[in-house]
Amino acid sequence: MRKFLIGSLFLLVIATIIYSCQDAGKIKQDVYYVNGRDLYIKHCQNCHGANGEGLGKLTPPLTDTIFLKKNKQQIACFIKNGIKSPIIVNGQMYEGSMPDFPTLANIDMAQLVVYISNSFGNKQGMYTQEEIARDLKNCR
Amino acid sequence: MKFKLSTSLILFTAAVMFLSSCTGDKKLPILGPRAAETVKNADGTSHVDTVYQTIPDFRFLNQDSVYITNDNFKDKIYIADFFFTSCSTICPTMHRNMKTIFEKYKDNPEVMYLSHTIDFKYDKPAVLKKYAQKLGVDNGKWQFAYGSKDSIYKIAEHSYLVAVMEDTTAREGYVHQGWLVLIDKQKRIRGAYDGTNPKQVEQLMKDIPVLLAEDKK
Repeated sequence: MRKFLIGSLFLLVIATIIYSCQDAGKIKQDVYYVNGRDLYIKHCQNCHGANGEGLGKLTPPLTDTIFLKKNKQQIACFIKNGIKSPIIVNGQMYEGSMPDFPTLANIDMAQLVVYISNSFGNKQGMYTQEEIARDLKNCR
Repeated sequence: MKFKLSTSLILFTAAVMFLSSCTGDKKLPILGPRAAETVKNADGTSHVDTVYQTIPDFRFLNQDSVYITNDNFKDKIYIADFFFTSCSTICPTMHRNMKTIFEKYKDNPEVMYLSHTIDFKYDKPAVLKKYAQKLGVDNGKWQFAYGSKDSIYKIAEHSYLVAVMEDTTAREGYVHQGWLVLIDKQKRIRGAYDGTNPKQVEQLMKDIPVLLAEDKK
């Protein structure tokens, strides 16, 4: 019994140490993720779905992690300016247009990118508002 | 002895209540305005009966540019709603939920769907056709109706009791309510469910079998 108590106490200490060792970057990412989720529910979920599943052939899913990775620098432009030309996601062509969200701030878009690229089976880490600002300058 | 009798009485009452609550026939309410009218019987006498509001005759173009009327929904129950294809706010959620129901009753010929577009300027039948195909529901069970502004807006507000309007101040030009309206085989409104609210959509899914069972009797 005594051994068990000491053992579990030891494990608890180790767990606490590991937990508190999460670096500041991870915490910032978590904050972005949570805020991004609220923004997602407000602006994106209607069409893209609660699980990023999209809607038929009307709205592409957000689960194509390769597409996200390849087009990450374009996402801010997609959100800010909308999409008017057809795109191919998951091997499926989507022809409809996506509405623009010109009122969203860079920080909002950074949080959205963090949420989307770390949900729905994606795991692509942090994205900052500085990167968003850079991306917006290079919009095609 | 007295104690025993009262206990068993209570138990008996409880059992009866329990049983009756289980077997109780569930029936959906009939919604909308109603009127008491004098109806003539076959033998010449007359009696007062309740007349419920029903969906009037209509004639709209569907996604195949074919006219659809009440006859297409004869002996069917159907779910009606109002939307437009370029709507990015509540419509995708409504139709996502409706599609779930559509998939569930795929093999039941008695259940149909009728979506009216309120965008009379852009949503011509060809646009509706593309929308239906992309949503993956273009098999005739889900009809998409196109009509003049007057006819659609009138049937929305007066018959299905759904508020729709053109609003130039709205970002997409139209505002409307997201009700999914359940219509029975006598064309009466038997339920209205917020198509964007998962709980109400769940209730709709529970109510469809109730309505279907009612017509079986």
